Amino acid sequence: MSLEIPPGGCVTLSAPSGAGKTRLLRAIADLDIHEGHVYVDDRECGQWDAPMWRRNVALMMAENQWWGDTVGEHFARAETPWLQALGFDRDVLARQVSYLSSGERQRLALLRLLGNQPRVLLLDEPTASLDEENVTRVEALISSYRLESGAAVLWVSHDVAQVRRVASRHFTIAAGTFRAVSQ
Amino acid sequence: MKFISLSWFDLMLAASLIVAVAGLSLRLHLGLGKQVLIAALRTVIQLSLVGLVLKMLFENVHLLWMALIALVMLVAAGYEVVARQQRRFTGWWGFAMGTSSMFISTFTVTLIALTVVIRPDPWYTPQYAIPLLGMLFGNSMNGVALGLDRLTHTAWQQRAVIEARLMLGQTGSQAIADIRRDSIRSGLIPVINAMAAAGVVSLPGMMTGQILAGAAPLDAVKYQILIMFLIAAGTGFGTLAATTLASQRLFDQRHRLRLDRLK
Repeated sequence: MSLEIPPGGCVTLSAPSGAGKTRLLRAIADLDIHEGHVYVDDRECGQWDAPMWRRNVALMMAENQWWGDTVGEHFARAETPWLQALGFDRDVLARQVSYLSSGERQRLALLRLLGNQPRVLLLDEPTASLDEENVTRVEALISSYRLESGAAVLWVSHDVAQVRRVASRHFTIAAGTFRAVSQ
Repeated sequence: MKFISLSWFDLMLAASLIVAVAGLSLRLHLGLGKQVLIAALRTVIQLSLVGLVLKMLFENVHLLWMALIALVMLVAAGYEVVARQQRRFTGWWGFAMGTSSMFISTFTVTLIALTVVIRPDPWYTPQYAIPLLGMLFGNSMNGVALGLDRLTHTAWQQRAVIEARLMLGQTGSQAIADIRRDSIRSGLIPVINAMAAAGVVSLPGMMTGQILAGAAPLDAVKYQILIMFLIAAGTGFGTLAATTLASQRLFDQRHRLRLDRLK
């Protein structure tokens, strides 16, 4: 399979579970040993320092993880406008992670990732645990980040309506290959 | 003060107590009688063999013999460290880590104690070198085994957290830093407890032994303090070395978490 995403492009991917969507995203993020090649700006993954690669090719999983006590500990950078776009003010950085709702955690996990200003976003069902209002907010933030920074997005989603809203192209995985789906 | 030597008859008197326990177990259907007797027999055989080895060593003081004994102890300790792990490194890595961290901790500390602190002549005099090595191996082995077990076990459980940190662009050693710190702490807690409780909650074994052998209590206390410090230092260095080696081995050069290196 071969796929090229232009700067600012958003490609969505849906496939039955077990088809290898998450494995594909993990391979692109260089979290697992993999075959094949991934390029950003014509530079192959192996030519990048690995932590630098992952800061530029950011993977967001369906389940978010926290290790410190307060929200702020997890942020390299927290942009106030982004916090506001997702319905937070700066006070949230001092809050205890354990008191956050699952929706709040997911939104903050996205912000945490954007703090690295990635060139590529790999999203693995990022809105699966969110209510409608927050889905709209997250979609809007990703869109504006993508358009402002020119980041390329590869978005795994099962939500047909969401795919229609965000995708510039849509693919499924069938028999180990990408198949373009016309919209 | 006088040292009362024990005869084999004295030991048989003590053995009759063990037989009594075994008999009681048989009577009460505890199913422990056989185990107690076998364990008691092993104690007799193993310790007698060690006694013979020590007797031979004391009569033939030679650096080569000492080195050989130390090597055997090192390999056995390295093996024991691995044997206590719930999740072991595949291949020879676990054994290599256990042995090398035991080497760092025990050998260097014993060497310093013998050549700088106690200074017997020659410095490898078995009467001093063997008990020191034995106590250091025994104790730092616990610390190293606890620390390693905690590290690999937690890494296995917290895979998602470690990978989330990697995905934010942290290096492998940054991503596992918290877990490593906890592992070092759990390796050191027993020896810290032992130092804190020494003399108040428990009378340390070596001091008790020296007092039984007729040493003046204050001399025995000084040796015990020395040993406690050596054990704490050895455990500290060993646990640090083992968790450092292990946390490096858990990642590859692309900073991927490699749990496939555990089994």
